[in-house]
Order: sequence, then structure tokens, then C-alpha cells
Amino acid sequence: MKFSDFVATDAIRSHVKADTKEGVIREMAQALVDAGRIAPGDFEGIVKAIMKREDLGSTGIGRGVAVPHTKHASVNRLVGTVAVSQKGIDFQSLDGDPVQLFFLLVSPPDRPGDHLRALENISRQLRDDSFCRLLKAAKEPIDIQTLLEEADSHGVVS
Amino acid sequence: MAADSRESVHDLPDGLGGTTVSREVVVVNAQGLHARPADLLAREARKWQSRIELVSDAQRADGKSILEVLTLAAEAGTRLIVEATGPDAREALEAIGSLFERRFNEHDDDQDS
Repeated sequence: MKFSDFVATDAIRSHVKADTKEGVIREMAQALVDAGRIAPGDFEGIVKAIMKREDLGSTGIGRGVAVPHTKHASVNRLVGTVAVSQKGIDFQSLDGDPVQLFFLLVSPPDRPGDHLRALENISRQLRDDSFCRLLKAAKEPIDIQTLLEEADSHGVVS
Repeated sequence: MAADSRESVHDLPDGLGGTTVSREVVVVNAQGLHARPADLLAREARKWQSRIELVSDAQRADGKSILEVLTLAAEAGTRLIVEATGPDAREALEAIGSLFERRFNEHDDDQDS
């Protein structure tokens, strides 16, 4: 699975304003609402479900990256977005480091395979140090979009 | 162990040098090896000195790295080989195998993913 299969480009954010875990999740979910990917009426339910999942164990998977996510019956295909925090946010991540790079995913309950393949793609690309570094250094959403497209087509070379 | 070494085995800092043991495991939880099981697996693997690797048809992943485990994208029903190498390899293998058998403490109707 490629980033372009699930990332809503209109919902990419390069400068999240939030400085808390719930704040960044709300900001990203709102970005998906604004991009027309999730319905305004589902916003609170999706945020709550993502926070409930975080209570089971942080999705801060290390290297300054988190993948907050949930299943939600309101979506009929996997939808996600990417955000960067310039200063980093305490996410109770597995390695204790603040998180700068966020991939938020909302998937239909009956498609666990798609969710796994999205996680696989994110993890595989993030093993590339330069990809991580360049994403965190992005100044505009278009920079993030370009990096994702490059990763989709041939991996980031630096 | 180290049957052909001609001199005393060095005490390597990483404690490796023991035997390699392996077993097959099956991903039985319906959601597959997603973020939470991958986290549990990597945490368990890091408790042991031995090197722990997961081998699928397509690739090999370091069991102590959640990122590597996630790159397996192992869905329900996937068969994997777990390999442990080091002084506590057998115990490590048993602990990892048990996680798979216990479905990573998941029930298939869980809403989390």
C-alpha cells in the first residue's frame, strides 16, 4: 500500500498548533473533517475512539513518530493524514522521546488487512533516517506531500 | 555449544554465542500483527539477551524493533518462524511463542486496533 492510497493531501499539516496528545489528535481529525474525509458529526466519536486506543498503550512507536488510529464504522475506506509538530509533543511514546511526526489512520472495522498494510508502509519508509529527517524539517504541507510521493515512487534518496 | 572453538570463548558484551533455536508460530488474532501486538512482542523480545528474529516468506525482522515487526504486515493466519540466538535462546523462544498462543491477549471483538 502506498501513502497516496490513504493520505488525504488536503488534510496534511506541517505546523500543528497543539502541544498535547489529545490536542494534536483533535487537530488532525479536524483537518480530515475540513478536507471532507470524515463527517463533522463523527468528529467527536472518532477522537474519543483514538484516545481510547491510546489508553491501551501509546502508538508513539519511536524515532519521534506516532500512529494514532482507530477503526470507525463511518468510513468505508482507510483514510489518514500526516502532521508535523515543529517542537515535538509528549506522547508517552515507547522510547520516551517527544513525537514530531504523526500519521493518523481511521479504518473501516472490517478491513484489518488494509490497516496492517498502511502500518507496514509507514514503518518501512520510516526506517529510512533521511525520510524521517526530511519530513520533520518540512516547512509547508506541500513539502510533506512531495516527500510522500517520492517515497511512493522510489523511496527517498539522499 | 561452541564445540569447535579452539580457545576459550570470549565473553561477548551482547552475550551472543549460544545456540540458535527456532519454532513456527501462527498469527491467530483476527486483527493480525498490528501496532499493539508488535509493541508487546518487541517489549518481550527486549527482555532477553538473545537476538530474536521473525522470518516470513518475504523477509526477516528484528523482533526487538516494533518498526521492523510492523513491516512484516502479518495478517491473521500468517505463519512465521521465530529464531532466537544467544545464551537464553530457549527461554526467549518459549516466551515469544506463548505471546502468539495467547493471541497477544486480544479478543477478536476488541474495538482497538
